[in-house]
Amino acid sequence: MIALPTQLKGFGVTFSTMFKKVVTEQYPEEKKPTAPRFHGRHVLNRHPDGLERCIGCELCAWACPADAIYVEGADNAVDERYSPGERYGRVYQINYLRCIFCGLCIEACPTRALTMSNEYELAEDSRAKLIYEKQDLLGPLLPGMAPAPHPMVEGTSDEDYYKGHVSRATPAQEEYVAARDAAADEAGR
Amino acid sequence: MGLEEKLPSGILLTSVEKLAGYMRKGSLWPATFGLACCAIEMMAVGTPRYDLARFGMEVFRASPRQADLMIVAGRVSQKMAPVLRQVYDQMPNPKWVLSMGVCASSGGMFNNYAIVQGVDHVVPVDIYLAGCPPRPEMLIDAILKLHDQIANEKLGAHRVAELREAERAGLTAKPTAQLKGLLR
Repeated sequence: MIALPTQLKGFGVTFSTMFKKVVTEQYPEEKKPTAPRFHGRHVLNRHPDGLERCIGCELCAWACPADAIYVEGADNAVDERYSPGERYGRVYQINYLRCIFCGLCIEACPTRALTMSNEYELAEDSRAKLIYEKQDLLGPLLPGMAPAPHPMVEGTSDEDYYKGHVSRATPAQEEYVAARDAAADEAGR
Repeated sequence: MGLEEKLPSGILLTSVEKLAGYMRKGSLWPATFGLACCAIEMMAVGTPRYDLARFGMEVFRASPRQADLMIVAGRVSQKMAPVLRQVYDQMPNPKWVLSMGVCASSGGMFNNYAIVQGVDHVVPVDIYLAGCPPRPEMLIDAILKLHDQIANEKLGAHRVAELREAERAGLTAKPTAQLKGLLR
């Protein structure tokens, strides 16, 4: 009966645990927010008037240690403008089965077009579904944004965009987008 | 396996499918198969903080013969590939494979001669999970998506029809090399 006190001590730990707070996270029901700078899925950002920030320079693809990014740039035309300035990213693919979420692409991006969100739920039943195209990566259209392609704000150059002089889509741009969509509808019929 | 494979298709088979799916997803036992850093996150999922026992999966079996799910956690080298295949072959049917992390799914950043470029070259994979390594929540999310797959799995005559349909679709599908997407 010499061992009894130590055994009681051991069970004491078990017993006192019953009164402690439960540490389990109820994940699918309650999602605890990640750290604010958690590296999650990428987002391709837009300027405040809805033009894309990506200029198709491929610096992100060059920085990527896993070769997960594929970019193909193209020239903006007068009647088909996706970003201010000369070029835009026509093809933009990120293979999430290669991406290691290191964030080197974000550091490389000269226009802050590419940033990371805190979204992390990336599981699919095929490899093809985890290659995200440009339309999957582009950020949402916030209020004041008109979907590209449309001309730049009248009387501005690409420098004004980078200096933050453009705050939202002008009525002329919104008219252009409405006319473009109407023409597309007409052609579709 | 048993009686359920010989049932004629109809209301009875559909009900048996639902019941079997519910039971299978409720007690999915993973095999202990950690290969690299992803295995650390896999172990974290078993700890009280994430608690895989909530889904009836806390027993990581040391023997493949008692396991239903193989979580391939980490990069698979060419030398490990036959071992991986043997572990898979030793598991009894029905069995599922979860490819955890980018290295297991596609080779990830290790695009070299030593690493198998995706475990689907060796074993059939049911669900792919991105991340390097994926956080425990991501693994739980992938497991829950796999549970959905298992719950809707077909049996017997339905399964035969499903496989035939998949084969027909595979034969008529456009080869990957000819897929263009937005590319010119």
